[in-house]
Amino acid sequence: MDHVRLQGKLRTKILELHYKANSGHIGCSLSCIDIMISILKFKEAGDTFILSKGHAATALYTILNEIGEIPDEVMDTFYKNATTLPAHPAAAKYKAIPFATGSLGHGLPLATGIAKAKKLKKAGGVSFVLMSDGETNEGTTWEAAHFAVANKLDNLLIFIDKNGLQGFGNTADVLGDTASAKVWGAIGFDIIEVDGHDISAMLDAKQKLIADKNGKPKLIIAKTVKGKGIPYMENRLEWHYLPMNEAQYMEAVDRIKSDYNA
Amino acid sequence: MRKHFSNYIERIAEQNDDIVFVTGDLGYAALENLGIKMGDRFINAGVAEQNMIGIAAGMASQGYRVICYSIAPFVVYRCLEQIRNDVCFHNLPVFVVGNGGGYGYGIMGSSHHAIEDIACLSGLPNMKCYVPAFIEDMNTCLDEMFARSGPAYFRLGLGKPMPDYLVPTSYGSATAFNAASKLTIIAQCPVTNNMVAALNGHGDKGNIDVFVVNKMPLEELPEDIKASIGRTKNVLTIEEHISTGGLGSAVSVLANEAGLPLKKFISLHAEGYPNGLYGNQGYHQQISGLDEENITRTINSYF
Repeated sequence: MDHVRLQGKLRTKILELHYKANSGHIGCSLSCIDIMISILKFKEAGDTFILSKGHAATALYTILNEIGEIPDEVMDTFYKNATTLPAHPAAAKYKAIPFATGSLGHGLPLATGIAKAKKLKKAGGVSFVLMSDGETNEGTTWEAAHFAVANKLDNLLIFIDKNGLQGFGNTADVLGDTASAKVWGAIGFDIIEVDGHDISAMLDAKQKLIADKNGKPKLIIAKTVKGKGIPYMENRLEWHYLPMNEAQYMEAVDRIKSDYNA
Repeated sequence: MRKHFSNYIERIAEQNDDIVFVTGDLGYAALENLGIKMGDRFINAGVAEQNMIGIAAGMASQGYRVICYSIAPFVVYRCLEQIRNDVCFHNLPVFVVGNGGGYGYGIMGSSHHAIEDIACLSGLPNMKCYVPAFIEDMNTCLDEMFARSGPAYFRLGLGKPMPDYLVPTSYGSATAFNAASKLTIIAQCPVTNNMVAALNGHGDKGNIDVFVVNKMPLEELPEDIKASIGRTKNVLTIEEHISTGGLGSAVSVLANEAGLPLKKFISLHAEGYPNGLYGNQGYHQQISGLDEENITRTINSYF
């Protein structure tokens, strides 16, 4: 399957999960599903991944289902009582979900610890973590970033899903740009800025950064659109929270079908 | 106990290469040798406790047993959510070691005290708290902690030698069985030494059962403690920790659930800062009624 059709297929699944559950956080998942495809669909032996922005759980569940880590019948239990798939990833059921996330600012320290452990053990593989741009407001981001530089963790690769919106406003208006390449570069990261919906571009960036074993931790700032693919959701804060009604769902599915050949 | 602790870690880390030590930039004049001996398994995470716990959880997920060291308040309160979400939820072997504990840092002030640490931590899933009272407890608590595959907290205070009338038990230590006992004392942490001082030469010492509990949460009352309370119907608990979520609260619930007949129950515990004044550890113990003199007075009230 080509990249675009896969991007469409997983978007359709995300929409279906949210529609059936009548749940929000749709825009957040559509913002970062393409990043997760570029990490998890093209994962190599020894790689680990933590979704730090746990509110994009449907994107995580959908890609893990796609690569065979979560069975189809389990997907049907999303958001229901007695599920292993709550709205934010919970503890220890699936090997591919090593940590319960949903409180922001946890994933980067965890991924940094994994990278440090790999170095100590002289083990291969990359420690990947996906954060949101709003999440980089959290102080742990800066504690972990400095630790990663000081410990020369060039096997750590952070993706920031930079859609410019956070919980209650534009990131530019809240604390300013805490996901700025200038700031991260000054700390000592190797950085590539890329279109976060272009899988080929992200794969190239990933490969280039990983290949450079220069002792510097890596960062891909993925420029994204919240609600990507559904025009009435794109760049709209309310789609952080709202569920879809039937008409909205039908419109969204049709749109994905025509634009992504899904 | 800090020297004893670092000697123990030096030894166990030499024998086990899956042990990593992370400090939150503390350990001056105590951990230098440990750092040299452990090499790249000794990590200074800087003044960044939340990240220290996250890093430790990440490393533990890759097969390491990770000790996180700082002074008790810094390594408990600042990073409580990291301990809960990153470590406890996943039952990872991260051992949080807090130096001081209680009013241990005395005149350093309230920011450096930890009198709610057990309340904060002992209710977290999979967590076991170790609160040794005597030097002899150190090794047994450390042995047990390092045998765990899940999280632990170790409150590292200033301990004295265990008095010879106490015998080690699975939960800590206790006096021998005494059919004639009239009072059951259950104590925790190094403030137990004030009780030991109060009992020295006390006329009723022969009529008192003493139990020292060095692990929390106390999920059930040990049989010998239950039997003692059944005989004496009089309980005195002593701890350098607030009442809420501490030893006295736990004993009270468990004794009542067990249907034990209670005539008199007094809990001596940390009272916080009731007069808004500060001093050394002894001063705060005195303000809370945890000093030798008040413990003596309290014991006398049972006879």
